Amino acid sequence: MRRRTALARLVPALLVGGLLGGCLGQTPNADNKNNADAKDITLTIVANSVAGGKNAAGAAWITDWVIPKFTEAEKAKGVNATVKFEANGAADEDYKTKIALDFKTGGGGDIVELDGIWLGEFAQAGQLRPLDDVVGKDTVSAWDGWSQIPDAVQALGNFQGKRYGIPIGTDGRVLYFNKKLFAQAGLPSDWQPKSWDEVLAAGQSLKQLAGVTPIQLNAGTAMGEATAMQGVLPALVGTGKPIYADGKWQGATQNVKQVLDLYRRIYSGGLGDPLLQQEAKGRDRSFAEFADNKIGILLESDYLWRSVVEPTKGVAKMADRDTAVGWALIPAMRPGGGVNNQNFVSMSGGAVRVINPNSKYPKQAWDLMQFMNSAEATRARLGGAAQITQRSDVNNQVLAGDPMLSFVARSVLPITQYRPGLADYPKVSAALQQATADVVSGKSPDEAAAAYQQALVKAVGEGSVAGG
Amino acid sequence: MPAAEPEVVLEREVPAPQRNRRAGSRAAATDAAGLGRARAVGFVAPALVLIGVFLVFPALWTIYIGVTDYQLTGAAAAAPKVVGLANFLSALNDGLFHNAVWLTVLFVLGSAVIGQNLLGFALAWLLRGVRPWLRRTVESMVLLSWILPSTVVAYLWFAVLDRNGGTLNALLGTPGTAWLVTYPMASLIVFNTWRGTAFSMLLYTSALAAVPPSQLETARLVGASGWQTVRDVVFPHIRGHVLTNTLLISLWTANDFTPFLLTAGGPNHASETLPVFIYRQALEGGQLGYASAVSLLLLLGNLLVALVYLRLLRRRG
Repeated sequence: MRRRTALARLVPALLVGGLLGGCLGQTPNADNKNNADAKDITLTIVANSVAGGKNAAGAAWITDWVIPKFTEAEKAKGVNATVKFEANGAADEDYKTKIALDFKTGGGGDIVELDGIWLGEFAQAGQLRPLDDVVGKDTVSAWDGWSQIPDAVQALGNFQGKRYGIPIGTDGRVLYFNKKLFAQAGLPSDWQPKSWDEVLAAGQSLKQLAGVTPIQLNAGTAMGEATAMQGVLPALVGTGKPIYADGKWQGATQNVKQVLDLYRRIYSGGLGDPLLQQEAKGRDRSFAEFADNKIGILLESDYLWRSVVEPTKGVAKMADRDTAVGWALIPAMRPGGGVNNQNFVSMSGGAVRVINPNSKYPKQAWDLMQFMNSAEATRARLGGAAQITQRSDVNNQVLAGDPMLSFVARSVLPITQYRPGLADYPKVSAALQQATADVVSGKSPDEAAAAYQQALVKAVGEGSVAGG
Repeated sequence: MPAAEPEVVLEREVPAPQRNRRAGSRAAATDAAGLGRARAVGFVAPALVLIGVFLVFPALWTIYIGVTDYQLTGAAAAAPKVVGLANFLSALNDGLFHNAVWLTVLFVLGSAVIGQNLLGFALAWLLRGVRPWLRRTVESMVLLSWILPSTVVAYLWFAVLDRNGGTLNALLGTPGTAWLVTYPMASLIVFNTWRGTAFSMLLYTSALAAVPPSQLETARLVGASGWQTVRDVVFPHIRGHVLTNTLLISLWTANDFTPFLLTAGGPNHASETLPVFIYRQALEGGQLGYASAVSLLLLLGNLLVALVYLRLLRRRG
């Protein structure tokens, strides 16, 4: 008797749940005429930068330059604009989760900064839409700034041939080394290894120094995408093949095994610190240790030079950066063995600013986007420092003053590779991170590669996986 | 219907004046406040609506998402498909899920069933006889660890367990030991025992007050040792409390998310209990459908544990 009433109550409830369940997913509405002539507008900029923390310079630029100048310019046009800045200071993966939830629930800022590699996922989910749809095709192509942005950089903001946003710039990866430690270990200050073996040999020399970790090559899942970009992918292109080629992802191929073996040689051979890779804040700690002269060789992007060990504004300041930090191109496994038979390799990426399709004022958000990407704004963002921005006109002026960044622009960008702009990429990256975590915690490269193959097939389907 | 029959039999034996009173009390048994059905419904409706909106609906929603391939981003976020029981089946074949179940069992047994229970009882037992000021001091210290916000507590434990310059390493003279990386589960179990003991201590303190002093006195006179007294005199009195306490802290611990603040499930999934596993699958991996299915499995696990305890309690009665 009692059971039947319980059932009688449950069934309608389930039905209601099922009906509402039809609401899962996204229903895009395309209307770019929204509020185009509004006199009172509110726009919010969302970025993973915060005063006194991550990318503090970027946060200061938005609050102290962009917002007052843009408000002023709008006032001159008779529009009362309120621009807010939503600061974040989180790890990239946490930030991504946050903006994904924002987009998903129909909220979020009007202009959002995100890693170009996330575009595909958001676009496929209908959470981002091409600029042509959000703002209007003619308005977008009319912007004079496009001509200043090289195609390779513009591609960071594209998905399936459509523009979703404006890139903020690009970067390149090198091997940084501590010249003071190199001198102590009897290594040259103009070090340029030509193969993996030479990097490991330098590591052996550094191992003699007490309290020094010779090599830091990012590994494990805690580091997130940093493991892919500052670890697996540069090593992989050094074996001659990128992660995605001829329509397939690399499974447990010879190349992937060679990369995992490199990890084994570093982390089982006492050349790296396996624990650091597994700590929740391992990457931040690797920065602190490098700045503290405790890491000999570190694979990082130019971000390290301009935002981490930068003597005044960095998160792990190094007062003697200019004399103590050296850099070298990342060698292929063997000379000539890299992708396109290159001797040296690198990987690049970059952040993109997009307009949230949920924006109440898409037209004005586009105005703000153009404003933020003007040559004047871009120069102001640098504030005298050097960075590889999206704009060639700005780069020509600012890079010459900085030896490291002009090195990246001159020697690294011509040989670099970009990640494939596919929605599946983050899953592949997660599987690669797991494979390195397995090797660092003691599994053999073959075991790790087999597990990686399985995970990859599960994530992207057997038809899209090569080798194994 | 059958319930009414003995009542009739009884009434036959009751004298007339008392019969009226009985009739009155029967009405009171169904409508003690004299509100009438409509007003009674009106009174409970807000509570039922809240429960419906915040408990029943999310639970049903979870079941629904659990049978889809819904994701946070990507194509499956725009147009999720119903995949039936596929999520549940792949959970049962997922090594990481097995790992999470095992770690949850370890976590509950180690920190709740054994850790908090024993430490809570020991504190309650030892503090009976001590001076009030000492008792109050110890109790407030234990309570403090219970009432502080999780983020604050996590920060403090970071400072204690940190690899470079952590308090524990300084005390033990073991510089460079990364406790949360090298011994993640052991650290979490000790942490959660410390964190949750207050509840068991309070519950046992009041339970012990219910043990008749005369029996304790008798035990003392016949020369029973401390352990014999606990086992033969105290325990039979507080058995119900032990079960209730164990049930509550087991469920709380199984669903506790604080481990995430300390280890984020790492290193390499070595401390990924089920709630952390669900969070990471749902938000870091974007697999909302799969994570919902696993949440439902966790819910079923909780119900199972609760049923076992209730069965034990009933057997006692």
